[in-house]
Amino acid sequence: MKYMLLINAGSVEDQGCEPGEWMTFDKEVREAGVFVSGESLADLVTATAVRVGADGARTVTDGPFAETREVLGGFYVIDVPDLDVALDWAARCPGARGAGSVVVRPIADF
Amino acid sequence: MAAVFREERGRLLAALVRRFGDLDLAEEVTSEAIEAALVHWPVDGVPPRPGAWLMTTARRKAVDRLRRDQALSTRLAILRVEADRADPSPPVGVDLPDERLQLFFTCAHPALAAEDRGALMLRFLAGLTTPEVARAFLVPRETMAKRLTRAKKKIHSARIPFRVPGADELPSRLPGVLQVLYSIFTEGYAASAGPSLQRLEVAEEAIRLARILRRLLPAEREVAGLLALMLLTHARRDARTGASGELLLLDEQDRALWDRAMISEGAELAAVALTGGPPGPYGVQAAVAALHDEAVDLASTDWAQIVALYDVLMALGPSPVVAVNRAAAVAMRDGEAAGLLLLDELAEEPLLRSYHPYFVARADLLQRLGRLDEAADAYRTALSLAGSEPERAHLRRRLA
Repeated sequence: MKYMLLINAGSVEDQGCEPGEWMTFDKEVREAGVFVSGESLADLVTATAVRVGADGARTVTDGPFAETREVLGGFYVIDVPDLDVALDWAARCPGARGAGSVVVRPIADF
Repeated sequence: MAAVFREERGRLLAALVRRFGDLDLAEEVTSEAIEAALVHWPVDGVPPRPGAWLMTTARRKAVDRLRRDQALSTRLAILRVEADRADPSPPVGVDLPDERLQLFFTCAHPALAAEDRGALMLRFLAGLTTPEVARAFLVPRETMAKRLTRAKKKIHSARIPFRVPGADELPSRLPGVLQVLYSIFTEGYAASAGPSLQRLEVAEEAIRLARILRRLLPAEREVAGLLALMLLTHARRDARTGASGELLLLDEQDRALWDRAMISEGAELAAVALTGGPPGPYGVQAAVAALHDEAVDLASTDWAQIVALYDVLMALGPSPVVAVNRAAAVAMRDGEAAGLLLLDELAEEPLLRSYHPYFVARADLLQRLGRLDEAADAYRTALSLAGSEPERAHLRRRLA
């Protein structure tokens, strides 16, 4: 079963932990054979939001957004047998430490 | 006859969940198998192995159901059914394998909403109907049905596993299971709202579940401690309310009404909980309850020992609620003024702002010290916070 690990930094300023820890985690995920995909996202100041109104008009706004408290910094999709295994991987992720959090969401299976 | 199935229902359901990995399917075919038994057994007689009969019937119904309606079924369940058909022989030797331990851990899984865990346990392990579970938690039936559906959906869609945590995980997962059982018990022991203080049937369901868990995990001393705590508390049930249903405190209770058999069973279990290693919080709380239960009156209670046990409890996990109990025990050991001093130190504790027992304890000590105006103030604050009607009646009586 596939789960997405959404890696949130605690704040915009939060730069996360050591790159070395991320490289180790990334290596572990790949070597364990559970890696499906994963990316880290560029800085929040580069974000742009698009909305389309009922009349079809497009509104484009610059991010970041004032209301954002947790900032999505990246994600992994992993394929593991059940939630407990997914939670174990989330707990090993450096993004789960400090002010950060990792939200585990099952990928919908249609 | 339906009552006979209470116990069987939990076992059957757990075994089916284990086999098919699907709570909804297990629930439906469990009900169907029990309905079938209610039709056949009065006519044909009770089969020699009722559990195996129910299991076979339920499995047959599960296979039929999945064959009939492939769209409804999950791929996982179909796979299990295929495997099941290949090996249809029931296990030899036992009437019905006991797989309820897995279900305990699933129902108490930390990924589920805390408020749903107790409901799941009452529904699936205690075998209560949804309206009965709703009554246990004093919520409307529709609300409870929605909550159970939501929780089942999460178990299914997020694939929360049906498994017993390994030895390395057990210390971190077992307290969660015990906490759910204790929260069911306290809802029965001191209802959070409503006309009656105690709802004995809810407390008794919690005790029944704790007994099952004790049989499943005989080596876990905290399970013994929890069961001991429940028994030693429940033993006072008949003395806890007066003629008009009002709450009676320890000093007002007729100790002749305490259930001696339950006290000795609880005390034995408390001894088990405290032997053979460092004690856990339930074992220590059970020891406090045992000291109360074994004393002939309030004055001859071993308060020094009780204070010492609260010290242990604070060392295991400091909590303002434990600190309030400790202060009350210190007041009995060293006098009201000493206890009041400790309570005053807790005045700024945010968790206690809405905790009415804090204000009751304070009012009681102030009253005994003759500071009646302050006592009345504290009683009034407690009254504005208290939950059930008998507790409120007790406070109004004190205030008068």
